[in-house]
Amino acid sequence: MTTPVIELRDVRRAYDDGPPALHDASLTVLPGEAVAILGPSGSGKSTLLNLIAGLDRPDSGTVTVAGVRVDRLGEAASARYRRAKIGMVFQFFNLLDDLTVADNVVLPAQLAGMARAEARKRAAELLGALGVDRHADTYPGRLSGGERQRVAVARALVNRPPLLLADEPTGALDSASGEEVSALLAELNADGQTIVVVTHDLALAKSCTTRTIRLVDGHVDDDLTAGTAR
Amino acid sequence: MSALGRVVRSGVGRRRVQTAVIGLATAMAVAAAVLGGSLLTASAAPFDHAFDDQHGAHLSVRVDGEKATAAQVEASTKASGVTAAAGPFATVTAAARDKDGHDLPPLTVVGRADPGGAVDAVTLLTGAWATGPDQIVLSSDAPVGVDPSRSPLGRQLAFPDLPGSPTLTVVGLARSVSRTAGAWVAPSTIARLTRPGSTAGFQVLYRFAAADTAEQVEAGRAAVTAGIPAEAVSGTRSWLTLRQEAARETALLVPFLVAFGVLGLVMSVLIVGNVVAGAVGAGLRRIGVLKALGFTPAQVVRAHVAQALVPAAIGTAVGVVAGNLVALPVLAETRDLYGAATAAVDPLVNVVVVAAALVVVAVTAWASAWRAGRLRTVDALAVGRTGGPARGRLAAALASRLPLPRSVTLGLSRPFARPARAVAMLAAIVFGAAAVTLAVGLAASLTEVQSALDHDTADVTIGSPDLRLPPGVQAVQGPDGRTISRVPDTADRAAIDAAIDAQPGTLAHYSKATRPVVVAGLSSPCPVSGFTGDVSFAGYRMISGRWFTAPGEVVVPSTFLTATGTAVGDTAALDDQGRSVVVRIVGEVFDTRDDGMGIFTDAATLSDLKADSYSIAVRPGTDVAGYVTALDSALRPQSTTAEAATSRGTSDTLLLIAGITATLTLVLVAVAGLGVLNGVVLDTRERVHDIGVHKALGMTPRQTTATVLSSVVLVGLVGGALGVPAGMALHGEVMPAMARAAGTGMPSTVFTVYHPAELVLLGLGGLVIAVLGALLPAGWAARTRTATALRTE
Repeated sequence: MTTPVIELRDVRRAYDDGPPALHDASLTVLPGEAVAILGPSGSGKSTLLNLIAGLDRPDSGTVTVAGVRVDRLGEAASARYRRAKIGMVFQFFNLLDDLTVADNVVLPAQLAGMARAEARKRAAELLGALGVDRHADTYPGRLSGGERQRVAVARALVNRPPLLLADEPTGALDSASGEEVSALLAELNADGQTIVVVTHDLALAKSCTTRTIRLVDGHVDDDLTAGTAR
Repeated sequence: MSALGRVVRSGVGRRRVQTAVIGLATAMAVAAAVLGGSLLTASAAPFDHAFDDQHGAHLSVRVDGEKATAAQVEASTKASGVTAAAGPFATVTAAARDKDGHDLPPLTVVGRADPGGAVDAVTLLTGAWATGPDQIVLSSDAPVGVDPSRSPLGRQLAFPDLPGSPTLTVVGLARSVSRTAGAWVAPSTIARLTRPGSTAGFQVLYRFAAADTAEQVEAGRAAVTAGIPAEAVSGTRSWLTLRQEAARETALLVPFLVAFGVLGLVMSVLIVGNVVAGAVGAGLRRIGVLKALGFTPAQVVRAHVAQALVPAAIGTAVGVVAGNLVALPVLAETRDLYGAATAAVDPLVNVVVVAAALVVVAVTAWASAWRAGRLRTVDALAVGRTGGPARGRLAAALASRLPLPRSVTLGLSRPFARPARAVAMLAAIVFGAAAVTLAVGLAASLTEVQSALDHDTADVTIGSPDLRLPPGVQAVQGPDGRTISRVPDTADRAAIDAAIDAQPGTLAHYSKATRPVVVAGLSSPCPVSGFTGDVSFAGYRMISGRWFTAPGEVVVPSTFLTATGTAVGDTAALDDQGRSVVVRIVGEVFDTRDDGMGIFTDAATLSDLKADSYSIAVRPGTDVAGYVTALDSALRPQSTTAEAATSRGTSDTLLLIAGITATLTLVLVAVAGLGVLNGVVLDTRERVHDIGVHKALGMTPRQTTATVLSSVVLVGLVGGALGVPAGMALHGEVMPAMARAAGTGMPSTVFTVYHPAELVLLGLGGLVIAVLGALLPAGWAARTRTATALRTE
């Protein structure tokens, strides 16, 4: 039996005294899947993503990613977990303005202790594969939104993580750039990369994922394979 | 509540870290300023202040009770020019003996019913005033061994030579700036201390309408003594003489305290200005929001000035209290040294510091907010959303190539991205490092001074090498409680020399004899110390020239050269018991005893000098106690004894300076660290989103800490590198100023105290200050939750 990349069981997370942002959430993602988490604002999408990324801990339930019990990790361990097991792509790119494109991409590898030369080689490969290698020595502020998101994807993949998490990856892009990024994610998935995309954009979900999970009021409402989410 | 009021309240409440930093920085700066300001005021004419506080006597006159009547003396208080008078008080000179049977130096005892009055309002430091017949109050200046570390209360002083052998109990310790007595008793007790057949004298204390010059005091003296038989006036003392003496005693400390006081004040202004400017600058986006909502630039300015003033006012209040608490013990020590009456912080210092702190905060906040208020709303709103100016990118690129962990190189280039902030931190570190360097240098210099003063060092002594005995007195108890004795006149000096030489443990020895001589041009005699033997181990330090090598050659202290207008190489004529002896000055020696007027020479320079003491150095490994026992038995026929030399300890003044240095350095380093803390807090708050990104990419808390700490490494190293020479330069100014103020030259070893290895360590001190200042925000950055940081704009 294939070991899941992500396995959430009966996860609950509430903030302060408000209603739970997530409750009774269970979810399994297998290797090679591309999963879209859909839902309106306040549905618990970001909470779910934060729990998978080890940025937050559930009040109850378990979160296991690539064999790691993420809900049990301390701060340092969860940082090491993020380096090794996941790559993250954000809506607003979160590239560091004072570093060049290449330096942005090599940063996670260097934090993980990879030698500088090796990290730069890996970054060059990724930037080339994603079509932004000519911008390697440019600062992110000079790139278009689509180019920035490609750089962000390169950075997310530099440590060869088994899981790529993307939080509204086209949310800050014009439609043309959005389609480019969507196609890129689909390509990566086609190459075997497991991807979880959090979005409220149904078109993105359709174009680059093989499965759609709909969250409503903090719980999984629908879990549909490709072609059924409409 | 008005819209402006709400904005101020929410600004203070929501931006808690910055509010706390402004409050803390103001508190520390105000505390340092109170301390610095107090030291400056305490150092400004301390004698004059103490004299004014106590209504000191411009002239004190002692009248022989057998040659003048009480009525005559009483009438003198009504003389022309006298504005106030105290007395006549009955007074006697009496020699006491302590419970161990040691004779104490004679005391001037005055009968006073109470310590107050229009003139010479004596300050009771501890205990109570003497009211009973068996009670006595000692003066803190009394030459009877007042140990500052022990309460004198309850000490018994016996007067065995007086009828009935009265024994008095010390019930209080008091200070008279006018130094009118060694001790005070109730008026009725004077009779018990008066020798049979003699009459107690009178002491009268006067204040004059004009007493600023020696001529005016002399005119006053002439007026008050006009009605008293001339032969009855047994002594007068002008306050000008006392002021001169006090100035000489306290001068050493003034340049040192002024240096630290100014450092404290400058740092306070720097830190408060920097903190407030940084806090307002960090709120630019909020200013944009306020303007977008319709606030005018003037309202924005008012809101931010008020936002800075609220925590600053609280910090100022805390700082004033803390500053007073820190200053009190320091001032108590300076009070003891200055002989001042009070040890309280001058209220004016508190008022000025509070006003200045609030003005600095308001002006800095106004200037920063005014600049921010004039920004276009759209620009202010864009702050934090768009990439900042492209500063520091080259540094970041270069740093990324260093063979260091990435978490470290990320931090190393930070100062270049925010140069103004880095310069402010740098300034704080430079001041802190300079203060530490100055403090270390002063401590080393003072150790050298102590070591240079502590000559006549020996392992074993016979008699006391540092003699302070009146002629004919064999032994007394010295002011520090030690017995001072001399080798008896009847002892055979050659036999003593032979006995010392016969001891197998003897390495070297010399003898010293002391006799006053009159030097041409000087009114008071100068003590000549005549040496025989090997003086090389005695520890005398030369300022210039060389030690004497033959009879007829002398070395003298700087004060002697100044007083006589001579220089090394000159000759001087000595009148030794009517015989003229011409000597050549071959060296300037560092010595402050005998008011720096001692003369050091070969014993053969003067005739018939009899050694008063012997100093012996024993061979390494010798059992000193066994040596003393053996030598003692050999000396028995000479009626003298040997004893193991005891350390004389460090002088009170030097201990005081060391204590004050430590306190001031700690305060200044804390203020410098706070300057760094502020800069790093602003930086980490500003970069909290980037910190979130780093963490999301896998930066561990330890790596985050390393990034924040390494962001101050360059600033710390450069600050140390600049602060150390600055501190050395300050030391180079302060030490000679202290020496000049003390009226003496000093050996070169006192000035050249910094060793290369020590300088490297001091330079690293800048780094330590920087890292200590950055620790708190580094911990905060490490603990920041990634998801929260990522949400922060």
